[in-house]
Order: sequence, then structure tokens, then C-alpha cells
Amino acid sequence: MTDKESKEIQVKPKQELTSPAEQTRPGLVFTPNVDIFETDQEITLLADMPGVTADNLSIDLRDNILTLTGEVAPFEDANEEDVLIEYEIGKYHRQFNLSSVIDQSKIDAKLTDGVLRLSLPKVEKAMPRRIEVKTG
Amino acid sequence: MFYRRFFNVPNWGFSKSFREFDRLRREMDELFGALSGGTLPRLSAGVFPLTNVTEDKENYYVRAELPGIKSNELDIQVTAEGISISGERKIPVEGNNVKYHRREREAGKFSRSINLPCEIDVNKVEASMENGVLKVTIPKSEAAKPRQITIK
Repeated sequence: MTDKESKEIQVKPKQELTSPAEQTRPGLVFTPNVDIFETDQEITLLADMPGVTADNLSIDLRDNILTLTGEVAPFEDANEEDVLIEYEIGKYHRQFNLSSVIDQSKIDAKLTDGVLRLSLPKVEKAMPRRIEVKTG
Repeated sequence: MFYRRFFNVPNWGFSKSFREFDRLRREMDELFGALSGGTLPRLSAGVFPLTNVTEDKENYYVRAELPGIKSNELDIQVTAEGISISGERKIPVEGNNVKYHRREREAGKFSRSINLPCEIDVNKVEASMENGVLKVTIPKSEAAKPRQITIK
């Protein structure tokens, strides 16, 4: 872990979404980078969505499909001229199929510094249970 | 340049030839990227963080996407010719008994320096972080600002 943290970050260009459904509004769509991990109680999703405000972020979960969509406002004023453009901005969009049954009423989402942290608690019956094997 | 069309912002700065070339190259990249099914690297320095530099009459604006980095974790140095941005992105360990499904976010150190085309006012540089986007406002020096000349 310490080894991983001390290395230099490599440039990873934003991945443009190749979506089966076309957007009705023109514009770029990117897939945010995510970390997803699971404990016995919940699934946590962390997504990098720089430039997205809480108002412009929508999280939708239905039929086990989780959809994240974030709108980004143009970063510059109209009277600014480009000198060097290395990254483009656009919408963030990503969908996941969740295998475990999620307790919808306890979903918690936080957005800090452009990182979304989404806690998806599992319902009681989806939690793994240790089964005692009796002898005799 | 596509976001300009997307957001219906009028096109302003297409006068300089290198800018036109940059746009052309990016359009070619899009085209070949679409044919080969991948995205070719854009015209960039290849150093994290990727930055966008814009200017108006008074200032240069340097922007970079740095999600999850607090403003006190960034070190911004200003010299007469440009600025350097360095820091470290830390992703905290999430307990011992977690099982990862995906791990795409990266942690690590970074350092980037940007040279600006003209002289800047070193004392008035301001930086702000908002929603994971860094914005550095760098005023141009008095000598470098465009001046209107009245004809007597």
C-alpha cells in the first residue's frame, strides 16, 4: 500500500463513453473512474467526478441497475481565449449492475471535492450468514 | 473545441494559426479514434495533472482536475515565467476486510510546471479549489497587458 502511494501519478486521459444509446443533446460524455468495494454490510462506490456539484449529480437505482450522471458547467467565461487545452469537459455517465440486494432506504451519498462516495447497504437477508454444522 | 459548440458559446479565439492546427489535430484524433475504436493521445504534455490554460486581457487562468485533493495538500509555486503545481493524492485505506470489485482511481505524487507566454504579476496570483477543480488566476504584468492607444 505504501509502495503504491509513493509512486507518481501517470496521466490517464478521460475515457469517452461508447454508449449503445445515443445522446439526444450533443456533447462529450465521459466515464468516471471508480473504486468499488464490498464488506459484509454494504457496498461502497467512490467516483471521481471533478467539476460536478451536488445539484447536477443524479444517482438512480432501479431493477438492480445503478446509474450515475453528472453534468458539468463550462469552466471558462465567454471572454476567455484558449492558450492550451489538454482536457475536455462533458457529462459523466456510468451504469452498474448490482448483484446484491440493496436496501434503498438507507443509501447514502456524499460529494466532497469532486469525489462521490456512495454507500449502498445490503438488506438483512443478503448479508452472508455463517452456518454452523452440527455433529452428531 | 466541441464543448464550445455544445454549450453554444460563441467562438472567440480562432485567429492564431497554431490554435487552428490544434483544433484540426484534435478533430483528426477524433476521426481516427472512431475508426480504430480507441482514443489516441491528445496534444498534451503527458504530465499529471492535465491543465487547461486560458487568458483574457487581464489574467491567465490555469485549471486542472484534481478530484479528492484538499487545497492544503497542494503546493503552488510561482516564478516570473510560470507556475508549478505539485502535491500528492492520497486514497485512504478502507479497512482490512473489504473486497475490491474495481480499483480505477489512482494515488500518487505529482508535479507539473507550466510556462506562460508572457510576464506575470507574481504577487497577485490567486488559487481556488472548487468541486475538485483547481483554478489559478495569474494576472499579467502591466507591461504585458494589451493597451488601447488613442490617436490625437
